[in-house]
Amino acid sequence: MKPTDPAITWIEDKPLNLAERLYLPLFLQGLTTTARHLVSPKVTVSFPDERPVVGNPLIYRGVHRLNRDPEGRVKCVACFLCATACPAHCIDIVAAESPWPDREKYPESFQIDELRCIFCGMCEEACPVDAIELTSLLDLTGKSREEMIFDKEKLLSVYDRTKDTEPMKSAAMGGTL
Amino acid sequence: MSDLLPSTATLVALIKIAALIGGLMTAAAYLVLVERWMAAWVQDRKGPNRVGIPLTKIRLFGLGQPLADGLKIILKEDFTPKHVDKVLYAAAPLMLLAASLAIFAAIPFGSALPPIPALGLTAEEPLLVAPNLDVGVLWVFALSSIAVYGVLLGGWASNNKYGFLGGLRSSAQLVAYEIPLGLGLLGVVLAAGSLRLDRIMDAQASTGIWYVFAQPLGFVVFLIASFAEAARLPFDLPEAEQELVGGYHTEYSGIKLLLFLVSEFLHMVTAAFLIVIMFLGGWHLWGITGSGPVETWWIAIIRFLVLSAKIFGVILFFMLVRWSWPRFRFDQLMSLAWKVMLPLGLANLVTVAAVEEFRPQLVEALGAGTAGCVAILIPWGVFFGGWIAAGLLTPSGVDNAPIRTHGPLDVEHELVET
Repeated sequence: MKPTDPAITWIEDKPLNLAERLYLPLFLQGLTTTARHLVSPKVTVSFPDERPVVGNPLIYRGVHRLNRDPEGRVKCVACFLCATACPAHCIDIVAAESPWPDREKYPESFQIDELRCIFCGMCEEACPVDAIELTSLLDLTGKSREEMIFDKEKLLSVYDRTKDTEPMKSAAMGGTL
Repeated sequence: MSDLLPSTATLVALIKIAALIGGLMTAAAYLVLVERWMAAWVQDRKGPNRVGIPLTKIRLFGLGQPLADGLKIILKEDFTPKHVDKVLYAAAPLMLLAASLAIFAAIPFGSALPPIPALGLTAEEPLLVAPNLDVGVLWVFALSSIAVYGVLLGGWASNNKYGFLGGLRSSAQLVAYEIPLGLGLLGVVLAAGSLRLDRIMDAQASTGIWYVFAQPLGFVVFLIASFAEAARLPFDLPEAEQELVGGYHTEYSGIKLLLFLVSEFLHMVTAAFLIVIMFLGGWHLWGITGSGPVETWWIAIIRFLVLSAKIFGVILFFMLVRWSWPRFRFDQLMSLAWKVMLPLGLANLVTVAAVEEFRPQLVEALGAGTAGCVAILIPWGVFFGGWIAAGLLTPSGVDNAPIRTHGPLDVEHELVET
């Protein structure tokens, strides 16, 4: 495309006025900005001592959890929609015949490789029964790769840990889904 | 027996050298911490605040950080690439550091100590490694020019295009800004009538009028030129990280890199010393420090503290400016040096020369008080006039508009034809 192309709209810079050409007003402006930030409250926190404040825990994408239904059973119906939606292929589900009469299948094993996960939240979007959710837990650490593959029990224990502070996100529970 | 022992003068000089180098190195280490703090605070971060006393949980606001930084960089592998010129590569940082440290031989770091008869010192002892050096200012400038060779040598010996470009830029920039720096300095030397930095401070203390008030234009020119000489933002083109990786020290690592970085900080400290000594009154502060000879320890300490506080203030200003201004483009840098700073420096020099030349006639015609006021008002008039003229007359440095009549193909075409 040539500069003379009629499709291009050229916007001219305004010529500098006297104050701008003298440079001093702009310099003082820059200096006051930096000086103001020098004394303004800081946005970072001393992490292990202080916890960062998560803006809205309901929409934060941290560690996963597997929700339980009111009877304490895993909500998941092993439909594989989350595993299909996952762009990082980090969800591994082994489905089995459900021992309960209200559904056909349940996950015999449900593993998430937290090291492969990119925390995009697609699994949460895909889930038809609001079984998988991302919590606001953000410090995810472990000593080995194996330890970072979360199995069903671990994911359910995350639910037990966070269910009081972060209710399930279904609309009835005041969530955003 | 007495021939074998060093004389008192030698001993005093050695003590002063030890105190100065120890103080400077410690100061440079802690200024790195201050710089990191300033950088963090300006960016709304907290900055380094963890390292305290080793092996304990005491943090002391991160005051142990310089020790950790120093140990880390000293223990790093000192890697010499195969393609470098070995001798020059090793000599460059040493040369730079030696020059940066030797500069301080002629720079006073206080007023003086009172006489100490118990040690055989009957006169007051100036806080200056090489007292009575009549060419003090020349010494400072000669050595700061030699420091340029260290940078250039580092860039050349690295045998690396980034390093080489950094060295080239550095030499062009430092040579260009040496001239306005010298012009700003000449005005002060002319007014004080001495090339000795301690005399320049005495001259300001005796009249109580710092040269920043008597020569505002000279101060601004000197300040801007010393930013460029110290290669600080907005003039840090020799090591513009985004363009040149690390500039002249791209190929350096470990202790050699440390020497480069320390010398860079020493340049900034030197610049702060010179600004304070020549324009901001040195150790003088109205009503507190007095202006006569040093008779008591009290006065000596107060003067030392005043000088240190002023220098620290100037260094904080250097660090604040770093985050306030974007880097200049190289053509803007050169145009500022030759088209703005040089004429302004000359205007200042001519004004100061005229005022000093005609001061006796002024005093005779107007009386001492009015003549003093006129001698200050004229430079201020020149300051505002010169600044406005520079703003109006110099070509705008921000003309980044593309040439519309030329497309990329046309440019290529013309290049092929010529």
